[in-house]
Amino acid sequence: MNIHEHQAKAVLKSFGAPVAEGVAIFSVDEARAAADKLPGPLWVVKSQIHAGGRGKGKFKELSSDAKGGVRLAFSKEDVVKNAKEMLGNTLVTHQTGPAGKQVNRLYIEDGADIERELYLSILVNRETGKVAFVVSTEGGMDIEDVAHSTPEKIQTLNIEPLAGVTDADADRISDALKLTGAARTDMGSLAKILYKAFVEKDMSMLEVNPLIVMEDGHLRVLDAKVSFDGNALFRHPDIMELRDTTEEDAKEIEASKHDLAYVALDGDIGCMVNGAGLAMATMDIIKLYGAEPANFLDVGGGATTEKVTAAFKIITADPNVKGILVNIFGGIMRCDVIAEGVVAAVKEVGLKVPLVVRLEGTNVALGKKIINESGLNVIAADDLDDAAQKIVAAVKEAK
Amino acid sequence: MSILVNKDTRIIVQGLTGKTGTFHTEQALAYYGTQMVGGVHPKKGGTTWSSGLDGAASLPIFASVAEARDATKADASVIYVPPAGAGAAIIEAIDAEIPFIVCITEGIPVLDMVKVKARLETSNSRLLGPNCPGILTPEECKIGIMPGSIFKKGSVGVVSRSGTLTYEAVFQTTQVGLGQTTAVGIGGDPVKGTEFIDMLELFLADPETKSMIMIGEIGGSAEEDAAQFLKDEARKGRSKPTVGFIAGVTAPPGRTMGHAGAIVSGGKGGAEDKIEAMKSAGIIVSPSPARLGTTLAELLKG
Repeated sequence: MNIHEHQAKAVLKSFGAPVAEGVAIFSVDEARAAADKLPGPLWVVKSQIHAGGRGKGKFKELSSDAKGGVRLAFSKEDVVKNAKEMLGNTLVTHQTGPAGKQVNRLYIEDGADIERELYLSILVNRETGKVAFVVSTEGGMDIEDVAHSTPEKIQTLNIEPLAGVTDADADRISDALKLTGAARTDMGSLAKILYKAFVEKDMSMLEVNPLIVMEDGHLRVLDAKVSFDGNALFRHPDIMELRDTTEEDAKEIEASKHDLAYVALDGDIGCMVNGAGLAMATMDIIKLYGAEPANFLDVGGGATTEKVTAAFKIITADPNVKGILVNIFGGIMRCDVIAEGVVAAVKEVGLKVPLVVRLEGTNVALGKKIINESGLNVIAADDLDDAAQKIVAAVKEAK
Repeated sequence: MSILVNKDTRIIVQGLTGKTGTFHTEQALAYYGTQMVGGVHPKKGGTTWSSGLDGAASLPIFASVAEARDATKADASVIYVPPAGAGAAIIEAIDAEIPFIVCITEGIPVLDMVKVKARLETSNSRLLGPNCPGILTPEECKIGIMPGSIFKKGSVGVVSRSGTLTYEAVFQTTQVGLGQTTAVGIGGDPVKGTEFIDMLELFLADPETKSMIMIGEIGGSAEEDAAQFLKDEARKGRSKPTVGFIAGVTAPPGRTMGHAGAIVSGGKGGAEDKIEAMKSAGIIVSPSPARLGTTLAELLKG
């Protein structure tokens, strides 16, 4: 689960990390009061959306030479003027896709005098199975670009889980970031603070880009991007409250209510599959035969008729879907249960596009019989190759 | 021969008394008499679990893994404990010195697994999973949730990060008549007990395993590591014909595809790199998950 920058900074601040003073606003009316609360003479007006690249992003509704999604303001009037231009408009960044994201909230923050910009993130290093700091002296830019052009400027430091961040670890981080004086002293505590926040709140990613050395020599968290491990949210009700569903796809929210793993994609063939690996492989095979999948959908190992019906409704609710492929390898999940679910769903929501069903595994004969005797216009397939070819052909024909 | 489990493997179940544990234990007992020898429940020690299938089968429940191990001489444990307590259940099994631990549970917080992994490194236990379908040696032993009916005793070693794609590989190798020595699902989580290399090493060493199928997916670099391992072993003269598949060629970057570990992030973990690495190690990579069996059969014919 992702949260907004201002929420991430509030979480980090509660652990003692140095962040600037700031106020989140949801309407232009609040802009002046927000500016009044901060000392000035420099304010930063920051779009709050769940996507990176905001500074270089462009607002769809504004002219192409208008400023981006993060702006400096040199007076309180300037804060209000910028808020007016930004709130409610659609910000397009390299991470939002061409549709962009509507900016529904802004973060007005106290400006800082920047000496150096650094990069620091914490994540779980899958190769070692340990929490790791990833740091670079090249802050303020896309870390993927740094990794591509100058990989030697990125350092990864693993943390021993039993010991946590030691003074020696903090020194290694300071060395990697070439920190001296007050900044080095600051890192001695900041590394421990950030690690504590990461572990106690079950974060999956904590990215500070940039971490700045200010003109007074001290460190400050200038930007913060935090995401949480969805599997651990059950023990963090406070974090759950930070969820902003307007940032999520409506179909994905509906799917999560039914405990279905669903990811919306851009193609036109909807898929319903059991198992994450097989669901990905089904998307791949659709592509292999020349079409594009509309979604990833894993109904899971213990699907019921109700769950299958919900999945079917989510797929058919997508106006881009021009055909549906149901691919089930019944191991523990029985094919007859899937077949009943599909028949019930089609009867309930109707079927306006071609539907190919491939069933294999436990109770396959019974499953096929249920489909065949349903009187529905379902195209049966023998194996996954056959199924993919049939749905791609049926969709092409319908066009 | 087989790897890791056979007809002599004695298994206890952590989380036996729940619905999932009960169902899969019944299935295991029905699969060539897999030796399920007991269950663990902290509050139900001293009671007895009964199979709903034939009523005749019953298993003793112990209050702790250590107690169960002492009483049953178990050498393996399978875990069906819900995610919130599964990390602690694995650690309990490690502390009780169970040699082989299989965790089926999906959805364990990743930082719980970081703790497990640290504990595992100083122990003699091997952990398979979590978020995996388990392991099955045809006609001998079934640990986990794989459907026994699609297996056939044979010569292919199967290892996969995905449950249902394991079933595809097993089903297809059964259909072409090759059958399996053992099939292992290593699981879809980012931090797990067993990686591809561990299993490939065992399959290479197993005389009955004549060929292998390895199924990976996007995320991490375990497939690249495994490909490098096979390359290095081949230079030493150890190699077996291998067919591979990678799921997730069409997955968008930055999105988790069902499995917690199936994510392309920071430009890493993409399918193309994995496919290239596997090809460079001499693995025949099938572009279609429906042609794993036929591709292997053709490869073996030469």
